[in-house]
Amino acid sequence: MTNDEIRSFLQQAIDENPVMLFMKGTPDQPACGFSMRSSAALNALGVKYAALDILPDPRIREELSAISNWPTIPQLFVNGKLVGGCDIMLEMYESGELADMLGVEQPEDEPEAPVQEAPQSGPIGLENRLS
Amino acid sequence: MPSADELKMRIEQALPGSTAAVEDLTGGGDHFRAEIVSDRFAGLSRIEQHQLVYSIFGAEVGGPIHALSLKTSTPGDTA
Repeated sequence: MTNDEIRSFLQQAIDENPVMLFMKGTPDQPACGFSMRSSAALNALGVKYAALDILPDPRIREELSAISNWPTIPQLFVNGKLVGGCDIMLEMYESGELADMLGVEQPEDEPEAPVQEAPQSGPIGLENRLS
Repeated sequence: MPSADELKMRIEQALPGSTAAVEDLTGGGDHFRAEIVSDRFAGLSRIEQHQLVYSIFGAEVGGPIHALSLKTSTPGDTA
């Protein structure tokens, strides 16, 4: 897979998924604390989202950062627009802005509490296309 | 390995008139948190404010600086 193909795959994932989270690891097995807290916030909101693990190939992150002008992971896109990384997501979660943006009710529990199940989300299999 | 003081200096140099409080979260020189007050943030969205700060460090953030957690505000904000 060339870099251009990776970039167009990423752009397609951003365009096609109203709530798109790029993270290290998966919602079930996050590989970094920032990614874990970000997916836990989305899980707590009960919103349906797509998640892509950027770890299988370093070029995924390079191309993603080139698209988003954002250097770190995780990155959340809503309706094709970058919302932010972990700090902004958690700030918006706590203020209720994230629930408003996603059109859901703000839950009463804190997202840091036990990591919630992510029944509605699933990783996108970019890694399968990299070979 | 960058230090919290070095990051503070670079932020305050790049954004004249700003004040930055930088903390090395792990002591390992790769996870930092910065609280920055600057009037350059006025009129920018939160994400644009953070992108402005990240642009100071280019590829270093995500590289040697594994994580730079940000809280940005303008002098007028009561945080």
